[in-house]
Amino acid sequence: MSKEYYITSSCTISNNSIHKNGVLLFEEKGKELNNFLISAYKNMGLNYPKFYKMDNLSRLGWLGTELLLKDSFNKDSYRPEETGIVLSNRNSSFDTDTRYFETTRAIPSPALFVYTLPNIVIGEISIRHNFKGEHAFFIFEDFDAAFIQEYVEGLLNNSILEACICGWVEVLGNEYKAFLLLVEKKGSMAFTTENIHKIYYQNNG
Amino acid sequence: MADLKEQIVAQLNLQDVKPQDIGNDEPLFKDGLGLDSIDALELIVLLQQEYKIKLSNAEEGPKVFHSVRTMAEYITAHQPSNA
Repeated sequence: MSKEYYITSSCTISNNSIHKNGVLLFEEKGKELNNFLISAYKNMGLNYPKFYKMDNLSRLGWLGTELLLKDSFNKDSYRPEETGIVLSNRNSSFDTDTRYFETTRAIPSPALFVYTLPNIVIGEISIRHNFKGEHAFFIFEDFDAAFIQEYVEGLLNNSILEACICGWVEVLGNEYKAFLLLVEKKGSMAFTTENIHKIYYQNNG
Repeated sequence: MADLKEQIVAQLNLQDVKPQDIGNDEPLFKDGLGLDSIDALELIVLLQQEYKIKLSNAEEGPKVFHSVRTMAEYITAHQPSNA
């Protein structure tokens, strides 16, 4: 029998603004994605030099997760194997794939090559927080709240995980959106498809 | 060596590091500048792009990339002749 799980935190990065739990944390209009993400990183007082080396997909997912978890997640409550990550997007790592391809005309860039897979963003998040739980990255035409809800619930139901970060992290050029949820076994907002939709469309569509 | 430091910072995207803050003899990896294996590959690309030097023996890497000084010495010794 299915148990009830809860959305304990949410973070959305889109249209040059960052919302956490529906509250605007940071906004800087008119900047390209690359500069916006660096500006947000500095503004939030984060200190993780590897951030600068990441591609935009990893920066977006890493920054979103950082803010999703900040003051909302007690890492000590879970073993590393108990927190998982399930993400999705439309264009995989195509943004970086094309930039890497350009470098192959001269000398290919190793630093770009390492980001030519979408699940690298999960690796960056896992390294930062020492997560070792189940993880997956799915490619969909559009964000599929029902699939994410069902898949994550399955992982939690089968006691594979105790907590899960899930959502959508998409980048192609200057078109982007990160939508991240933290799901745990205690909370107040039920982890339902309806609630996921509600939060997804809450901040800047 | 000042030029080389600027090239390292640019190639490795070290946005928090000022070229002048890198010591000539400071280790580039581990406890020093904290570079990783991908950075090592980028340094090999830098040698190739900027100085037309190909690191033929991978085992030389740790010695060549120990510090800015060892890199500069390697470049000086292996710079293709313009004559």
